[in-house]
Amino acid sequence: MSDIKKIKDEFLNKLDSDLNIEILNQIKTELFGKNGKISNSFKSLGSLPNDERKKFASDLNSIKEELQEKINSKLQEIEIKEINSKLENEKVDVTLPEREFNRGKIHPVSQVIDEISSIFSEIGFSVEEGPDIENEHYNFTALNTPDNHPARDMHDTFYLDNNKELLLRTHTSPVQVRTMLNGKPPFKIIAPGRTYRSDSDQTHSPMFHQVEGLHIDKDINMGHLKGCLNYFIKSFFEVDKIKMRFRPSHFPFTEPSAEVDIGYELKNGKIVIGEGDKWLEILGCGMVHPNVLKNVKVNPDKYQGYAFGIGIDRLGMLKYGINDLRAFFETDYRWLNHFGFDPLDVPSNYRGLSR
Amino acid sequence: MKFTISWLKEHLDTKIQDNSIIEKLTDIGLEVESFENLNSDLDNFKVAKIINAEQHPNADRLRVCDVDIGQENNVKVVCGAPNAKKDLLTVYAGPGSIIPKNNMKLSISKIRGVTSYGMLCSESELNLSDESEGITELKTAKYSNKVGENFFKNKNEKVVDLSITPNRPDCLGVRGIARDLAAAGAGKLKNISNSNIKKNGSQKIKVSISKEKNQGCTVFGSCLITGVSNKESPKWLKEKIISLGQKPISAIVDITNYIMLDLNRPLHAYDADKIDREIIVRNSKKGETFEALDNKEYKLDDNMCVISDKSGVLGLGGVIGGTRSGTEINTKNILLESAYFIPRSIRKTSKILNIDTDAKFRFERGIDPQSIELGLSKAAELISEICGGKISNFDVQKADEYEKNKIKFNVSLFEKITGFKVDDNEIVKILTDLGFEVSKNKLELDLKIPTWRPDITQPIDIVEEIVRIKGYNNIETLEPEKNKIKDTLNKQQKLFHFLQRSVASKGYFETVTWSFTDSKINNFFKESLKEIKIVNPISSDLDVLRNSIFTNLTFYLKKNLDRGFKDISLFEIGPIFKNSKPGEQLTVIGAIKSGKVSRLNWNEKERPVDVFDVKKDVIQTLVEAGYDRKSFFIRDKSPSYYHPGKAGSVYLDKDDIEPVAYFGDIHPNIIKKLDIKTEGLVGFEIYLDHLKENKIKLKDQKPNFEYSDYQKSERDFAFIVDKNFKAQDLIEIISSIDQNLIRSIKIFDIYEGENIPDGKKSIAINVIIQSSEKTLEETDLEKINKLIISTVETKTGAKIRS
Repeated sequence: MSDIKKIKDEFLNKLDSDLNIEILNQIKTELFGKNGKISNSFKSLGSLPNDERKKFASDLNSIKEELQEKINSKLQEIEIKEINSKLENEKVDVTLPEREFNRGKIHPVSQVIDEISSIFSEIGFSVEEGPDIENEHYNFTALNTPDNHPARDMHDTFYLDNNKELLLRTHTSPVQVRTMLNGKPPFKIIAPGRTYRSDSDQTHSPMFHQVEGLHIDKDINMGHLKGCLNYFIKSFFEVDKIKMRFRPSHFPFTEPSAEVDIGYELKNGKIVIGEGDKWLEILGCGMVHPNVLKNVKVNPDKYQGYAFGIGIDRLGMLKYGINDLRAFFETDYRWLNHFGFDPLDVPSNYRGLSR
Repeated sequence: MKFTISWLKEHLDTKIQDNSIIEKLTDIGLEVESFENLNSDLDNFKVAKIINAEQHPNADRLRVCDVDIGQENNVKVVCGAPNAKKDLLTVYAGPGSIIPKNNMKLSISKIRGVTSYGMLCSESELNLSDESEGITELKTAKYSNKVGENFFKNKNEKVVDLSITPNRPDCLGVRGIARDLAAAGAGKLKNISNSNIKKNGSQKIKVSISKEKNQGCTVFGSCLITGVSNKESPKWLKEKIISLGQKPISAIVDITNYIMLDLNRPLHAYDADKIDREIIVRNSKKGETFEALDNKEYKLDDNMCVISDKSGVLGLGGVIGGTRSGTEINTKNILLESAYFIPRSIRKTSKILNIDTDAKFRFERGIDPQSIELGLSKAAELISEICGGKISNFDVQKADEYEKNKIKFNVSLFEKITGFKVDDNEIVKILTDLGFEVSKNKLELDLKIPTWRPDITQPIDIVEEIVRIKGYNNIETLEPEKNKIKDTLNKQQKLFHFLQRSVASKGYFETVTWSFTDSKINNFFKESLKEIKIVNPISSDLDVLRNSIFTNLTFYLKKNLDRGFKDISLFEIGPIFKNSKPGEQLTVIGAIKSGKVSRLNWNEKERPVDVFDVKKDVIQTLVEAGYDRKSFFIRDKSPSYYHPGKAGSVYLDKDDIEPVAYFGDIHPNIIKKLDIKTEGLVGFEIYLDHLKENKIKLKDQKPNFEYSDYQKSERDFAFIVDKNFKAQDLIEIISSIDQNLIRSIKIFDIYEGENIPDGKKSIAINVIIQSSEKTLEETDLEKINKLIISTVETKTGAKIRS
């Protein structure tokens, strides 16, 4: 017994010292190898008298376990030490730049169109579209603007043929005509899209964007029009209060017609929407003219409603502080990067228009 | 439409403040463009006296004048006028003044070595007359004690500029504006004073309106004024004309203009002695010519309304007069015309001849047909007052009787349209103030429409009149109802928005460019599509509708490269045009990528962008949109603007006729011709209209979740195939061998060169084999291995590389 106790003490002592893996393996062999001290002790079991054998065997086993455990923990200790010493040589400069990533951008016009669609979706409008090339009938005549009407001069039109039959639409209103001709009332639509006028200076560009709105049902009146636009403007500019002014105006396709101004003030050279004593015209609207309804086979005695047209680019300029309309269409990489939106910023009803 | 507040008050009896008038105008739909003090610039013009005038030392024709401008010191002014003499009273403009005639701003300047502090002005420079020979000479009696005072006296006069919508011709005259304001409670409309002119004898020049189809004139009123002496207008009239930014010409012309601005009643004055016997209002015949007052010769078409005499055309009725019968300063006898021309006819004629005049602008919007005699008597009165002369009786020829329009108006329509109620009596008052004749008939109002309101034709117009006068602020703001009739977006629109953001998320900047473009660039990309010319382009390099998105993208890419950017990714989603009819357009995504990947990167090797960059972007985009990569089929055909060997097209399915996308290198010749300098230029296009609806929709239940936990095995193969052999075919052949066992196939190496015969290449693939029923044994694997090799070899002529 004292022999194995001696072995135990001796080796536990050895194992407590600072060891490397080779010495540890050597110790293992010394103990448990073929002629190892513990192995040999087991071999001597057979020569012991019966009464001693049992006790010896049990002591030996517990010593064996204790040593093995010690060796295992020592082994782990050494391995961890080795990994740690290896890691010290693996240090990188994490301040070096990450691998390249390319962030794309959504054009402000597209973002604004998505914002508009999201807002009108909330109050039940669906989105319609129409062709960029229109004929004279859909763009003018059906909209109560016959050829001899001076209101045609309000639009500088691009023509595609000498008879002035085919043209680039000067507004999104022809979508009203197409929608109503192709369906039955009620109608509750918006129609965003490209529009064209042969006009080009600081504040006009030959192509721009409009969103048309149309709501026709049995009892839609000017109060609904006002409510709808008030809701839209407030939601769009993400303000609680908005100063809004309806002014009588004239469009051949609406009667009565109105232009809508919103209040603003100038702060540090930027337009701030909502309060203030200055007025900014932002859209035209009115009750759809009975002649237009007749032209699209809707009975004006049964149905009535409103239409509006808003300049999308201008809305974007106001909301996002963009000064130059022409820059929208000039594809300056720096401008796109500056005013563009992250593609993951999708305006929606539930998460709101902006972050 | 410009007018001064004081002029307005000649028609409107009002005590309200100017600013309230301005607000009121806006409230009733007469949009105020500007409201400002008249010509504050004109304060710089002073009455001045030349104290001394000496010869300029360096110029024979110039004089150096000492000028008294009412200040402590005289100023030195260099002047070239022959009449610049000592003691002359004239008009001095100091430095900073803007000369009315040419809008030139004066500064202190050296003229031939002598500094001149301002300028002495001629009447022409002040827009007072055409007199430009010398400087203005002011009468001593009137001006001698006014040296230093402002020459222009309108200091407190305020000018309003309205933008009048085309439906309101009546408000092209000051009186019409006053009437609207009065109806809106801003004052009382004054009565027009009865003229008490003496008319003697008949109008001796015979006038006739010929009876013919499309006669553009329905009424022609005239009177003869004999023995006039035309002259400069008196100051009050000149100032009225000037205050509206127009130029006084002569009393007769100024008076007709004044009546037009005051009452919106255009008139025309002929020199009666130049009329050959009689006036005939008739349709023109093709080829007739005349010289108009704008000094241009016009060649007429058929059926234009002309005023003619026995010798030919005198003028275009309601559009422009002719030089042959124009009044001049020495005109003795005048024939005054006050007529009604049909708007449609005026518009047609002026469009064809491209003439825009004040008269045309008014007649095409509709002049009050019952203002003919009023106009004649007002003008005749002023002419005889200023120029003397005898007035004949009025001659009014009518081709058509005018009747007032009538409308039955059911008052309930007002509330139905506007959503609020106005008391019946108030409605009657508003309409009466606007000039309607109203009689009440139970629930309806019988209305006679004022003759100056051609825009009012049906009950809805009456609603507008009432609501605009009552005020739009009375309209309630109703909460929007949220009920939906239809989904917000349809399938195609959802796809549009999805793809737009999907492409952007791959590092592309979205741009929006014109739908039109430069035909020279468009030609590179138009393929077999028709060129669609714009008849009236904004400029010659934006002359066609685009047949491809690449046209503008390459143009703007170059601009950005020229700005010093190198690695650019741009895309646009929008229309391209196939033909010129409505609807002959396609919605396309065009994307373009230039330069290098990982340029100047510390841990990755840089390389030019290549076809597989854009192939990845296009395929990933389609997969994200829900299309199945496994059924895609790639062909090596692409439009001619792509590199013939480094571009392809994507079909959603092998059997599809039309590709949904193209991708590849842009053709090097185009890059060269467009002078684009970059290391690489690749692009792709996705045709949204060719993308079929997905069979599997997001809302559908997903298939059962099945998986296998049995062991996977991987096997590598290398086949030697013809150089032109397509990898896609190899994958297709192998994947169809046993779809239950072959889970994935990956190409991990392509090799040509040493150890590979000429004209051949080696494709190395990795195949993952797994059963969903059992763990495959070595014999099973061996079997499938052999099958893969033998199938590929027999079907393609490939050889396994040992």
